[in-house]
Amino acid sequence: MNSIEDAKRQVEEDFGMYEQWLDKYEYLIDLGKDLEPFPEELKTEDRLIKGCQSRVWLDSRIEDGRLFFRADSDAIITKGIISLLISVYSGHTPAEIAADDFGFIERIGLRENLSPTRANGLLSMIQTIRREAEANV
Amino acid sequence: MDIALLRKEFPQLQETVYGRPLVYLDNAATSLRPRSVIAKWDEMSSRYSANLHRAVHYTANVATEEFESARAAVAAFIGASDPSEVVFTSGTTQSINLLAFCLGESLVEEGDEILIAECEHHSDIVPWQLLAERKNLKIKVLPVDERGELRIDILPSLLSPRTRLCCVAQVSNVLGIVNPVKEIARFCHDNGTLLLVDGAQGVVHCKTDVKALDCDFYAFSGHKIYAAPGTGVLWGRKALLDKLPPYMGGGEMIGTVKWAGSTYAEVPYRFEAGTQNIAAVPTLKPALQLVQSLDTKEDNERSREVVDFLFDGLQAVDGLHIFGNPRRRGDKIPLFSFAVDGAHHEDLALILDKMGIAVRSGQMCAEPLMDRCGVTGMLRASFAPYNTIDEARYLLESLRKAINMLRG
Repeated sequence: MNSIEDAKRQVEEDFGMYEQWLDKYEYLIDLGKDLEPFPEELKTEDRLIKGCQSRVWLDSRIEDGRLFFRADSDAIITKGIISLLISVYSGHTPAEIAADDFGFIERIGLRENLSPTRANGLLSMIQTIRREAEANV
Repeated sequence: MDIALLRKEFPQLQETVYGRPLVYLDNAATSLRPRSVIAKWDEMSSRYSANLHRAVHYTANVATEEFESARAAVAAFIGASDPSEVVFTSGTTQSINLLAFCLGESLVEEGDEILIAECEHHSDIVPWQLLAERKNLKIKVLPVDERGELRIDILPSLLSPRTRLCCVAQVSNVLGIVNPVKEIARFCHDNGTLLLVDGAQGVVHCKTDVKALDCDFYAFSGHKIYAAPGTGVLWGRKALLDKLPPYMGGGEMIGTVKWAGSTYAEVPYRFEAGTQNIAAVPTLKPALQLVQSLDTKEDNERSREVVDFLFDGLQAVDGLHIFGNPRRRGDKIPLFSFAVDGAHHEDLALILDKMGIAVRSGQMCAEPLMDRCGVTGMLRASFAPYNTIDEARYLLESLRKAINMLRG
C-alpha cells in the first residue's frame, strides 16, 4: 500500500487540476457518489460527527494492525470531502495516522473555502479520525 | 423609490464574491445597511462618544439626545402610546429573555401555562422553556397546518384559565407567512391571556402598529431592519411594564442605592442596566426613516412581483417543496424556504455561494418546525426591497444548475 504521503500527493494533484470552485465541487460530488455504500445499521448516534450541518457518520475498524474508515453523509459534497479524507488515511497504521499533521487540507484550499460552520464540520471529521488513530496506537 | 437609487444607498451591493456580483438573499438573517445608517454610526463613534443620561457635559448631552430621539422614532414607527414604552435591548433575543425573566418574577405562578406557536424561532421558545423549568410552568403548542398557517380554529381549546401568555411571530422566519395576530389577540384577551408578538421579520415587511395588532408586548431587532447590529426593542403596554421588576442591576436602572436596599428607575430605564449601545441605537432613526420612504405603491408592487415570480418559478422546479403556502398569496412576504428532492440544502447552499448567491441553509433556528415539516433543514432565500427581479431570476436559474449538478 502507498504511504499517507503518496495518497496526499495524489489528492493534491487531482484537486489541483480544477481552477474553478464549481469544478472542484463537481469533482467532490463525483467522489461522494463513488463512496463505498455505508451499511444503514451503522448510522447510529455514536457514529455521528458533531459540528456538521449535514449528518456525517464515521465508522472505523482495525484489521491486521491497520485502521480502516467508512463514512456516509446525507449531503453529497460533504460526502466527497470525507471520501478525500478516507482515501488518504484509511488502511494505515494508527501510529502513522496519529503522526500526520493533516496540513494537506489547507494546501488544497478546502478549509478557507468553506464557511466557518462548514469548516468546523471538516475540523470535526479530522479530529474524529485523529482521535480514533490515537486511541488505537 | 427608484430601485437603482435605492441600491446606491447600500454600499455592500457593490461587492463581488468569487469574482461575481454579490446577490444577497439572506436578509431575514441580517439586512444590509444604508449609507444613512453607516453615517450616523460613524458620527456617533467619531464625534459623540460619551455615556448617556448622567454627565452634564456637551458631548454626553448630544449622545443622550440622539439616543432618546431614536426612542421617539421607534415609538412613532410602531404606534406606541409613548416613547417610555420602548425599551432598548441588544436584539429580539434579549428582548424576549428580558420579558421572560421579568414576567417570571412578577406575573406568573407555578402551574401557569404559556402557549407558543409551532413556527417560532428558538429565541421565542427557549427563554420560555428556561422560565418553565425555573417556575414550574407548562408549555403548550399552537400548531401550524399543512400550509404553514396557524391553527386558529383550535386556539380557543388550547387557552385555559391558566394560560398567562401566548407567543406568536408576526411573520415566521421560515414560512414567511403573516400570521393573523389581531384575531389571536382577540381570543387571548377574551381569555385574560397576554400576547407577545415576535416582530423580528414582520416589522421589516408589514406596516406595524402595536395598537392595531392589539398585542401586549412586541419585540424586534435593529439589524434586520437596516440599523446597526446589537440593537433591539422590547415594546410593552405601559401599565404592564410598570408592573415588571428590573432585569439586570446596575447603571441607569437605579433610583437610589443604599446598603439597606435600592429603589429602581421608572420604565424604560429600569430595564436598561449598564452602558447602552451608544453608537448603534441612534442608527434606528435613519433606518426607520428609510423603511417609511419605501412604503409607496411602486415599492409594494415590486415586492409583490418578487413574491409572485418566485412562487411560480420555484413551484415549477421538479421535486421542490415550498414550506409556507398561505391560502392568500398576499399573506406571504418575499421569503421562501424550501427543500429539494435529491439535493441536500447544504450542498445547494455551497454551490449557490460559489455562484455569488448568499442564501441560508439548515434549521433556521426553528428545529421544532423542521421536525413538523419532516426535514433536517431547508434552503431559504429572503429578499429585501433592494433586491431586484433579475436577482430572483438569477437565483432560479442558478438553483436549477445546482440541482442538476447534484442529481447529475
